[in-house]
Amino acid sequence: MSAPVLKLAHITKRFGSLTANDDISLELGAGEVLALLGENGAGKSTLVSILFGHYTADAGQIEAFGQPLPPGDPKAALAAGIGMVHQHFTLADNLSVLDNVMMGSESLWQPFTRRRAARARLLAVAQRFGLDVDANARVGGLSVGQRQRVEILKALYRGTRILILDEPTAVLTPQESEALFAVLAQMVAQGLSIIFISHKLGEVLRVSQRVAVLRAGKLVAQAKASETTQSQLAQWMVGHAVSAAQRQPANNVGEAVCVLDKVSTAPARERLRDASLTLNRGEIVAIAGVSGNGQSALAQLLCGTRAATAGTVVLMGRPWPQKPAQLVALGVARIPEDRHEVGVIGDLPLWENAASERLQSRTFSRFGWVRRRAAYAYAQRVIAAFDVRGAGADAPARSLSGGNMQKLILGRALVHPQRDATATPKLIVAHQPTWGLDIGAVDYVQQQLFAARNAGAAVLLISDDLDEVLALGDRVAVIHDGQLTPARPALAWSREAIGLAMAGISSPQATP
Amino acid sequence: MRLEKRAQQSAIALALAPVGALAFTLLISALLVRWAGAPVGQAYGLLLKGGFGSVFALSETLTRAIPLTLTGLAATVAFKARLFNIGAEGQLYVGALAAVAVGGLHGGTGFALPAPLLFVLMMAAAALAGAFLLLGPALMKARLGVDEVVTTLLLNFIVLLFVSLMLDGPMKDPSAMGWPQSVALQDELTLAKLIAQTRVHTGLLWAWTLAVIVWALMKFTVQGFNIRAVGANTRAAMFAGVPVTRTVVLVAMLSGALAGLAGAIEVAGRTGYLTLDMSPGYGYTGIVIAMLAALHPLGVVFASVFVAGVLVGADSMSRAVGVPTYIADVIVAASLISVLVATSLTQYRIRWK
Repeated sequence: MSAPVLKLAHITKRFGSLTANDDISLELGAGEVLALLGENGAGKSTLVSILFGHYTADAGQIEAFGQPLPPGDPKAALAAGIGMVHQHFTLADNLSVLDNVMMGSESLWQPFTRRRAARARLLAVAQRFGLDVDANARVGGLSVGQRQRVEILKALYRGTRILILDEPTAVLTPQESEALFAVLAQMVAQGLSIIFISHKLGEVLRVSQRVAVLRAGKLVAQAKASETTQSQLAQWMVGHAVSAAQRQPANNVGEAVCVLDKVSTAPARERLRDASLTLNRGEIVAIAGVSGNGQSALAQLLCGTRAATAGTVVLMGRPWPQKPAQLVALGVARIPEDRHEVGVIGDLPLWENAASERLQSRTFSRFGWVRRRAAYAYAQRVIAAFDVRGAGADAPARSLSGGNMQKLILGRALVHPQRDATATPKLIVAHQPTWGLDIGAVDYVQQQLFAARNAGAAVLLISDDLDEVLALGDRVAVIHDGQLTPARPALAWSREAIGLAMAGISSPQATP
Repeated sequence: MRLEKRAQQSAIALALAPVGALAFTLLISALLVRWAGAPVGQAYGLLLKGGFGSVFALSETLTRAIPLTLTGLAATVAFKARLFNIGAEGQLYVGALAAVAVGGLHGGTGFALPAPLLFVLMMAAAALAGAFLLLGPALMKARLGVDEVVTTLLLNFIVLLFVSLMLDGPMKDPSAMGWPQSVALQDELTLAKLIAQTRVHTGLLWAWTLAVIVWALMKFTVQGFNIRAVGANTRAAMFAGVPVTRTVVLVAMLSGALAGLAGAIEVAGRTGYLTLDMSPGYGYTGIVIAMLAALHPLGVVFASVFVAGVLVGADSMSRAVGVPTYIADVIVAASLISVLVATSLTQYRIRWK
């Protein structure tokens, strides 16, 4: 390795009693892709925020191109050639690509903008790195993959020599990811350096030369990508050996529990259009798709928080009851996508959150008065059965970690207040149930879904994670622009076919 | 400078926060008292004596605390559900107007009904008037997303003009020598005095009972859960099956009713008739009380006595040492701000870069 372009020395950052970064030292070479791997909460974001000057480290120094970088100064980081592409884009939808790229790079004191020079420079940069984009296009009209390209261009336009990409493939189809990797290869070939943050092991090995693994704030391992394996990386990440989710074929598929027939929802940012789907007893149907293609509409419809405007939904032979409390009473278990903002009410205690879905039922209230003892006992059963750790029944739900919060939601959905703890619901609607969880919690959630299915529940799994869809789904359907492909057996799909359907290309309904 | 969330709240900090807030308030106010040229120690002593130092002082404080408790409860209930009702002042006046309309001696005679029944009708009319005044803004918020802060605030002025219209017109007392004041309540409908030869009346017991009822409602009932859930996180409440619109409407009715009762009890317990200067901003002070009480219904009881004591004490202090009575407003406002800051400092620490 030649002289490092970036040197982090003994970076330590504490938040109260939590040590987010513990004495981390890293080097990045010219023309190198370094993957920063770690679970949520391992300290990746903190480290990058320190690098970028958003946080000030309690100890340690950073050197870029041999010069010390002043701490806590984002402008200095930019000037030193460090650029970042965030997972959630920071683009103005109503402006053109050129405007977005120029934004903030011109002095406010100059009387006129120098658009022509800027355009020439943008085109030169785009050509140099093979990033093909229409400079006049409005960002609002671009696809997610194209927007990401604009973000990268924005960084390159400002003379970035070290580019940080935060979970760049989370919003892309497999094909778009491939295109991104090609661009990265070109950038590296021209001497740029890249820090690639991810928790997907496969793509980390695919794009990077070197991998650094963080766990609980510590740098636990560094390895050349060519000299390590996925299982080795996973073991470093979690601290013990793990096995990826194994397919467990369904062997007891029964009658239809829930049938959607040509269902549409009201036009909104996300909607369903003529979606048909059958969910059977003892079977997991998984929905794949790029996020934002109607998954939320489907999940909210089946959770009772959104109404269908056309088509019919039938639950166990009867018309769809619509209201959340009725759904829960009929045995629909609901796991929402956003556990912090929708799944629980963070300010209220665990026990109230546990009982909240059934508070109107006779089990938990009489004549409008809450039967606190029953609700409290139920919450403790959920906490015990699903091993919710970190806070007692009286603590506010927000004090739980993401994984434990998800266990609480899962437990509340799956534990029936009257029957024993293993009584299963009829239908489980799980939207991104493992998103953002650490590997141990992911495994736990997936095993619970398998167990519920084997006990006879119909399961709908909506996930952005293609690996999860293929590992858990007995049948798989792809959603694109609100339309569902027919659900086919998981083994009948190739990865390529799913990728094309996610992009809306081979989907039979997408081209009327 | 920035705020960082504390990993855990210390019990000592929680206990010291109100003490620190009080000390800071007294310090700020002391500077102003000095500026007015009065001796600080004596001024504070007089203020304390004037607010709490004798049976008479205490009775005046409690009298003042009655409407403040009710408007404080009105704000508490609404704010718990994130319905920012700034219109308690208007609801108080329509409540008082409704009370006089039902229980007043129109043209020398009132409704020929038994007094207990008429009393219940009078209170119900006041509660309903307040409730329905807030219903419009609440529905507009729930259905159309109209900001209730604006609508409830502006309604206050409309209501005051309407009351003025009524007091100069149909409900004017012909025997009031031209003053814009309403007809008087029937004698049997006025509230009894709690202590002889003072102004404190049984409305105090009403207010405190209502505080306990509101507390129990919030803590032990499904509706109370619904209200707290909607206020804490509307999306999650909807997901859990809380009927959000219905809950907001219910909260509005409850909050408006409490403020309306404040007006009726003030008329029945203290004035006996309605004038345009009956409330020196009780509706707005209720908001301060609700915040001082950290939106706890029982805390409202204590916060309203504190605020009433400062207001009453400042009156007598200003007569003695010549500090303007505005010092009371400063003390109340400074205590609100310092309590809010102290509370947030128990949750956050300040980091200087």
